Amino acid sequence: MDIIPEIVRENITNLINKKERTDGRALDEFREIFIETGVITKAEGSARVKLGNTQLIVGIKPQIGEPFPDTPDMGIIITNSELLPMASPTFEPGPPDERSIELSRVVDRCIRESKMLNLEKLCIIEGSSVWLLFIDLHIIDYDGNLFDAAVLATVAALRDTKLPTTKIEEDEIILDYDNLQPLPLEDTALMCTFAKIGDQIVLDPNLDEEEILTARLSIGMRSDGIICAMQKGGEGPLTIEDIEKAIKITKEKIPQLIEQLDKTIGDL
Amino acid sequence: MIIIITPREFKRISEPAREDGRAPDEIRPIKIEAGILERADGSSYLELGGNKILVAVYGPREAQIKRLQRPDRAVIRCRYNMAPFSVEERKRPGPDRRSVEISKITAEALRPALILEKFPRSVIDVFIEVLEAEGGTRCAGITAASVALADAGIPMKDMVVACATGKVNGNIVLDLSEEEDKKGEADMPVAILPRNKQITLLQSDGNLTEEEFKKALNLAIKGCLKINKIQKEALKKKYGE
Repeated sequence: MDIIPEIVRENITNLINKKERTDGRALDEFREIFIETGVITKAEGSARVKLGNTQLIVGIKPQIGEPFPDTPDMGIIITNSELLPMASPTFEPGPPDERSIELSRVVDRCIRESKMLNLEKLCIIEGSSVWLLFIDLHIIDYDGNLFDAAVLATVAALRDTKLPTTKIEEDEIILDYDNLQPLPLEDTALMCTFAKIGDQIVLDPNLDEEEILTARLSIGMRSDGIICAMQKGGEGPLTIEDIEKAIKITKEKIPQLIEQLDKTIGDL
Repeated sequence: MIIIITPREFKRISEPAREDGRAPDEIRPIKIEAGILERADGSSYLELGGNKILVAVYGPREAQIKRLQRPDRAVIRCRYNMAPFSVEERKRPGPDRRSVEISKITAEALRPALILEKFPRSVIDVFIEVLEAEGGTRCAGITAASVALADAGIPMKDMVVACATGKVNGNIVLDLSEEEDKKGEADMPVAILPRNKQITLLQSDGNLTEEEFKKALNLAIKGCLKINKIQKEALKKKYGE
């Protein structure tokens, strides 16, 4: 945690109470978004996303493995994130801490529960062989709101991913790298994160806002408006009105985000 | 990260070409950018062939760990890390024995260039992230790290620049690719201080005669001097002449 001077805290809060922000944005406005896919040749899928000055790279590596016993006909996604010490003076080297694990789990939940990825189609032989997709989030520059940037980059990387087609001949799996195919993606879900500061909620908090927020709310939503994941954070409470307002803004913003994603990297 | 293919700088000579068509003394296309991260005090991005390396520098800052502190100077600490998606087969995140060794020799390779006496009891952190690996990442990491250190404004006597040489199919060649590293008979990473051509990193893995070693070292120095020009250009581009 950075230490925020009291005067900065007061300044940001007073501005937000007047519905203004230090960087000139509206309370429900995202920072500038930059999306690029195919940035890592050795990864089967990859993307780099910049949300303001927050920047991360997501790489997807597939492997063939055994399914979980309770879902013998479904592929597996494994999401992992590294808050690299390069990204912030407050990030320490070492195994993933609670922030890093929360981030991977929330991203994972948004992807998994939206059912945007048809995991059944990632089954090769029921009960014995399925595709395992490792989704690795590499955070390289941290300036607030990793959740939304991470979900966006993950979805972009999933859309970029190509797997070899599989054939089964005499109980052996044959991988055909000449015929690559995209992942079975059937929808798009993205995330909007809000910070409660003063008596307002603001979309896409930057680092200073994140440091002084009393509560945080992330909402994952599918293109049809269904809420597929939520996560409340921060030490303070939220009112029911705050949450309803956040959902309303999310409903407005998700189609815009999806449009930008489609425009940059092509439709689903 | 955009791949820009730099025009080949070396003239072809009549010795047998390599698998990727390079002359024995030819380095892969290289690109360096300085100051590309927002939070870090200094940063750089380097592409060399299929390698993509990102380096961030923090410091000089207070050494949190007391036993690291030196009363008369700063300490340099390096962390070389490979992204899980940087290699063909996914790499498990976190340090392994190889990356710990590379971190150590990288810090030692950079140390002679730094004027650390100005910052007692502090630490300079160098974080090297291999986003994509294609042979020669430790040298690429050192080359990029010294650009990031300069970008961070750390006082330095010189840049440090590194390049590997080795023996492939009986020939001494410069800047081994991943393929050549796998198939070759020897791989020898070298880092130098280009001004006085002193050696700050020397490793060798494989068999070389004394003659071959001398030839390889000479070639490595030649390669380093070429790369040093690109390091300087990256800093000039960021800060002007």
